[in-house]
Amino acid sequence: MATLQYPSHLWYQHSDEWLLVEGDQGTIGVSDYAQDALNDVVFVELPEVGDKFKKGTVFGTVESVKAAADLKMPVDGEVVAVNSELEATPETINAQPYTGGWIIKIKVTGAVEALMNADEYRAFCESR
Amino acid sequence: MSYIPHTDAERQQMLSAIGVTTIEDLFEAVPAGHRFPSLNLPEAMSEMEVMAELLAFAEANEHSQDFVTFRGAGAYHHFIPSVVNHIISRGEFYTAYTPYQPELSQGTLQVIYEYQSMMCALLGMEAANASHYDGATSLAESVTVALEVTRHKRNKIILSHSIHPQYREVVRTYHQGNPTLRFVGDRGRADIPDLIDMLDDNTAMLAIAYPNFFGQIDDLKHLADKAHAVGALLVMVVNPLAMGMLKSPGELGADIVVGEGQSLGIPMSYGGPYLGFFATRQQYVRKIAGRIVGETVDITGKRGFTMTLRPREQDIRREKATSNICTNQGLMSVATAVYLSVMGKAGMKQVASLNYHKAHYAAQQINQLDAYEVDMSKPFFNEFMVKCPASVQQINNQLLNEGIIGGIDLGEYYEHLRGVMLLAVTEMNTRDEIDGLVSALEQIAKE
Repeated sequence: MATLQYPSHLWYQHSDEWLLVEGDQGTIGVSDYAQDALNDVVFVELPEVGDKFKKGTVFGTVESVKAAADLKMPVDGEVVAVNSELEATPETINAQPYTGGWIIKIKVTGAVEALMNADEYRAFCESR
Repeated sequence: MSYIPHTDAERQQMLSAIGVTTIEDLFEAVPAGHRFPSLNLPEAMSEMEVMAELLAFAEANEHSQDFVTFRGAGAYHHFIPSVVNHIISRGEFYTAYTPYQPELSQGTLQVIYEYQSMMCALLGMEAANASHYDGATSLAESVTVALEVTRHKRNKIILSHSIHPQYREVVRTYHQGNPTLRFVGDRGRADIPDLIDMLDDNTAMLAIAYPNFFGQIDDLKHLADKAHAVGALLVMVVNPLAMGMLKSPGELGADIVVGEGQSLGIPMSYGGPYLGFFATRQQYVRKIAGRIVGETVDITGKRGFTMTLRPREQDIRREKATSNICTNQGLMSVATAVYLSVMGKAGMKQVASLNYHKAHYAAQQINQLDAYEVDMSKPFFNEFMVKCPASVQQINNQLLNEGIIGGIDLGEYYEHLRGVMLLAVTEMNTRDEIDGLVSALEQIAKE
């Protein structure tokens, strides 16, 4: 089994979403640990551009052969783009969880706080 | 696996293990006064005596086989090929339960898959589930899908008054837990153009019946376009037997097709068990309720079947399940699968045609009687409305004396249709029987 990756430039949640912050823009996806636990992703339910969500609320779902997991917002935001390629190739989430497998892009409208950095998240995952 | 009852010795062993002496000791938690109430049941009877008593009860009922029937309104007297009963009576189908373990249930799963596939072919749709309780339930479930597809941002559901009244009642009961929902369109006599006028960007779905409850075929040509223009779903409640002759709901642009499958190889019985079918477009398949069987391959690459898209179901995701109901009419779906496979495309065309032509013959004959008037304002399939010279109840009482079951009294459901009977004619009604009905009606009018 390949070792799981925890890119250091990202923020992470206990529910396994990652957040990339670039100014007031954010990109959200699920971590390598998550895609590994889920197994083959077969479907992603995406929100619509323009939808607004508060931190902690559900913005979509990732379905695999084993389970269906809710996706939770790591920060308040408004959806500015969704990765519609995931409709045809949901398995990109397994192959490239941090790059091609991005799920939504948002305009960040709240504070980026109470999130783990890569080291904290790695420690959390290794203790599960 | 056979059932092996406990022996007395085993019971003693178990009681000792728990630490009590008798089985009665296990009921100590129940207050003494309520522990062993006297039930005042009559003495036990022998099997022979029980059979005699039950047969006497049964014989007190009239059976549709002893009458000529012209009654429909959602439950029809159609021919059921005997092979249907032979196959569903097999223990493997009769007592099979939910095929949760595909490795043990390939037979059940394959038949459900065939049923789903044949319903799609009949209705012109892309995906179907393994069935619901009955036609009313399927319609209720379509509302849930429409709300989900429109992202819970809409709360208006338009229902045509010409959908079965009991189905509309069930839909309201089913969704009574959602007080924000508004069901409109069916309290008056709104026709298709009026329903189209009600469409707006708060409409989640528009539902019509095809043919409708009165047996009529409405002009549905542009309905789908109008509904889709405002982003609403078009739901059609259909008589599946009529689809052997009429343009399919899929071709007409329906998003969801529901209805009662009783006409397809299921007896009228006492109002059930029946079969609610549910078919939709591929794009909505993850939002629908009910079991879905899919085709796949096993680890050796051989074709196999399994229940699929399971995250819709409550045992996988309780809060996000697509319905609280997690079952299907397994045995009835097998009956329908057998019926459709035995009838085939040609058979379905033929039976639909027989229904259509016999009903039209009957309507013509009845319309020629001075005292009766048949509603010919719209094309109809195998049911039509007849304005009667006396109350429908009176007419039916007289018909019963002639061994004929007449149609239902529409006045019971529709204020404006007092004195109007809904007559159904199927392939089971011979020409002699129809002529008999016509002369009986003529006689009754003279009295």
